Amino acid sequence: MTNIGIVSYGAYIPRYRIKIEEIAKIWGDSPDAIKNGLKVYEKSVPDIDEDTATMAVEAARNAVKRKNIDTTRIEAIYTGSESHPYAVKPTSTIIAEAISASPILTAADVEFACKAGTAAMQMCMGLVKSEMIDLGLAIGSDVAQGAPGDALEYTAAAGAVAYIIGRDELAAEIEETYSVTTDTPDFWRREGMPYPEHGGRFTGEPGYFKHVTLAAKGLMEKTNTAPEDYDYAVFHQPNGKFPLRVASLLGFTTKQLKPGYVAPYLGNTYSGSAMMGLAATLDVAKTGERIFVTSFGSGAGSDAFSITVCDCIEEIKNKAPTVQHLLENPLYLSYGMYAKHKRKIKV
Amino acid sequence: MAVSRFWRKLRHRYNLIGTHCTTCNTYYYPPRKMCPQCRRDGRIEECRFKGKGVIVTYTVIHAAPENKAVQTPYVLGIVQLDEGPRLTSQIICKPDDARIGMRVQSVFRKLGEDSEQGMIYYGTKFIQD
Repeated sequence: MTNIGIVSYGAYIPRYRIKIEEIAKIWGDSPDAIKNGLKVYEKSVPDIDEDTATMAVEAARNAVKRKNIDTTRIEAIYTGSESHPYAVKPTSTIIAEAISASPILTAADVEFACKAGTAAMQMCMGLVKSEMIDLGLAIGSDVAQGAPGDALEYTAAAGAVAYIIGRDELAAEIEETYSVTTDTPDFWRREGMPYPEHGGRFTGEPGYFKHVTLAAKGLMEKTNTAPEDYDYAVFHQPNGKFPLRVASLLGFTTKQLKPGYVAPYLGNTYSGSAMMGLAATLDVAKTGERIFVTSFGSGAGSDAFSITVCDCIEEIKNKAPTVQHLLENPLYLSYGMYAKHKRKIKV
Repeated sequence: MAVSRFWRKLRHRYNLIGTHCTTCNTYYYPPRKMCPQCRRDGRIEECRFKGKGVIVTYTVIHAAPENKAVQTPYVLGIVQLDEGPRLTSQIICKPDDARIGMRVQSVFRKLGEDSEQGMIYYGTKFIQD
């Protein structure tokens, strides 16, 4: 059987941040209550001239740079996001041109709330495994939206992660994947609306926890593995609290979670969230170590992956910025400047 | 800007793709079809610049066109690429941080947009290296 997996990966996080205190001050909330409740202390904010496409390009370029990939080998690009710059006009074509993979490839944009990026990974896995393509590029990128004053505003962040999926010279083999999908309206944004709506606490039990646990348990059953068989675990991070709780429910430890637990100082990068946690874990993982990943997208569904790190990780690990490096040296914004960066002020 | 006009130059804006005269070893950006020094003797080939360079000079824009007003004040500079050619570009930094001689590297950013309904133009800007 053909082994498939991650040939290279790259991440991108904008330099700007806003602290929870700064947002809470505007809306009269208690910053300590927010921080204790969500376990998020600050979140990333895009620059004025950054969007889902620009961040996706930077992440893709980091993935290409990390392994010095010949981009004409990339025969499929799928970009997962719920904040594509155009309603009609693909983000993936912009990325294809910007990394010089154009024109001989297939490309499409993917939308499934916060798990569109991992759905893109599965699409690439299928094409690679069936030998329809040599390499596939799967991206999760979002400038996450949250209405002013909404609870989402404390976590809706910005970032992008790109994975190059292939058969040879693997940095990490994806041994198996398992998905769960149901029609659960826990979070949505209607066409033309600037901000999403959500079901409050409804996004928790029937949304996040049900789907993540079903997918995670399903994958462990399919692969005949248990939490203790994995060195690391990554779960979708809509905030800092949910991944800790679901890890505990499933029997994973905080030690397994630690390298990929990035939400407290990054926020929720939506389509990039679980993928960012995986990138941060790959940054520190060693050959032979196993990683358990489960994403979640509202609407709702989860994709779970069982991954084993391969020899090639050592040669590519430090060839592009690590997630930890991208989190360093932030520039903090006032709420006023944050509103300007996020185009919340209409003139 | 007309969509077709931007589209024709798109690959040169997304990546710093210019030309190189192998006769006199001069690099050009934007690309030239003929070497103005060697003329008929010039041999032109396409080349991709590494995207690293230095600020030759700069100014701070306070009164900008309507579609860039949200970014003011911003730094507009002339960057000399390591391979030689000079180009005008926005430098992503605080105006007080910009200085002549500062090393910069290219990044992919939004250059502008026609309107909320219009085309978004992407391309190359520079940040401190």
